[in-house]
Amino acid sequence: MNWKRAASAALVSLPIIVLLAYSLTLDPKEIPSPLPGRSAPAFSLAVFAQGEGATRRAVGDTVRLADHQGEVVVLNFWASWCLACRDEHAILSDVAEAYAPRGAKFYGVLYNDAPANGVRWIREMGGQSYPSVNDPRTRTAIDFGLYGVPETFFIGRDGRVAYKHVGPVSAAVLTQKLDSLLAAGAPAPRGDSASKVTVPANRS
Amino acid sequence: MMHRWKVPLRSARLRAALCLAMLLLPLLPVTAQQPTSAQMSESELERRTREVAAQLRCPVCQGNSIQDSPSELAQEMKGVVRDQLAAGRTPNEVKQYFIDKYGEWVLLEPTASGFNLLVYVLPVLMLLGGAFVIVRAVRKWTTAPPAADGTT
Repeated sequence: MNWKRAASAALVSLPIIVLLAYSLTLDPKEIPSPLPGRSAPAFSLAVFAQGEGATRRAVGDTVRLADHQGEVVVLNFWASWCLACRDEHAILSDVAEAYAPRGAKFYGVLYNDAPANGVRWIREMGGQSYPSVNDPRTRTAIDFGLYGVPETFFIGRDGRVAYKHVGPVSAAVLTQKLDSLLAAGAPAPRGDSASKVTVPANRS
Repeated sequence: MMHRWKVPLRSARLRAALCLAMLLLPLLPVTAQQPTSAQMSESELERRTREVAAQLRCPVCQGNSIQDSPSELAQEMKGVVRDQLAAGRTPNEVKQYFIDKYGEWVLLEPTASGFNLLVYVLPVLMLLGGAFVIVRAVRKWTTAPPAADGTT
């Protein structure tokens, strides 16, 4: 009689204990993004900080994702009020510079901030090798399912979001993702039909 | 009574003015309040925006809807809801847009399908199980006493 009762008590309580224990291992702030694997949302945003060197874009220029078909694009959402953005700034700037000759395009996207603050911040941080664009009313950020800053999106040659990094990004993550994306499907975008291989026309 | 009708000039003018005002008065609110079709859809749009926004979770605050959250991101998301509704999208299409961007997590109330079904079914099962245990225990208590002494 007693072992029966113990068994039924265990049968009822064990799944609950297991469920609670499992939930302890989860971070409620860590929400899986449905974006990786899907095609990146199109955007068309104006440059407010031109960047340096070969990848510089004139202030006021419009950056369109559509103009980067067949290229590897890294989008880093940031803000001047974001402390964690300071940690990754130098790494992003250096890696972007190092990978520019290989064709990787970096863009900063200002999130919930005034371009004037962004410009001042870049100057304070000692410059930025790649251009930054403004995202008025955070429409592009919402299109990318942004939770906060910094968040970094890696877009492959096929135009799909390959990877999303939440929080300050490290040099190791950047180089590893960039290497695999630059290597993958350079001659033909993978996964897509052969009819789409007409893209290289835009790669001068 | 009589001298009330012997109207002095001043009150005659006053009366005329009053009559005119009374004639025009009903027109005033009509022109001011008459809802043009644009205003109608404006309030309707606001109502529908609130309705959809109340079902979407704010990404920067735990367990709050974007309708209730004062955070800037939530406010902008509400703006997106309004814009999309104004553009003629249905509430379900708007919700689908946010699900595509933020995952099903963005819905404050999980959809009753797949694994989520557990959330709806489990409480009912637990309730039934509890009722069963209580019924059995009560039945035992009410019938057991004579036998209980011997067995336990």
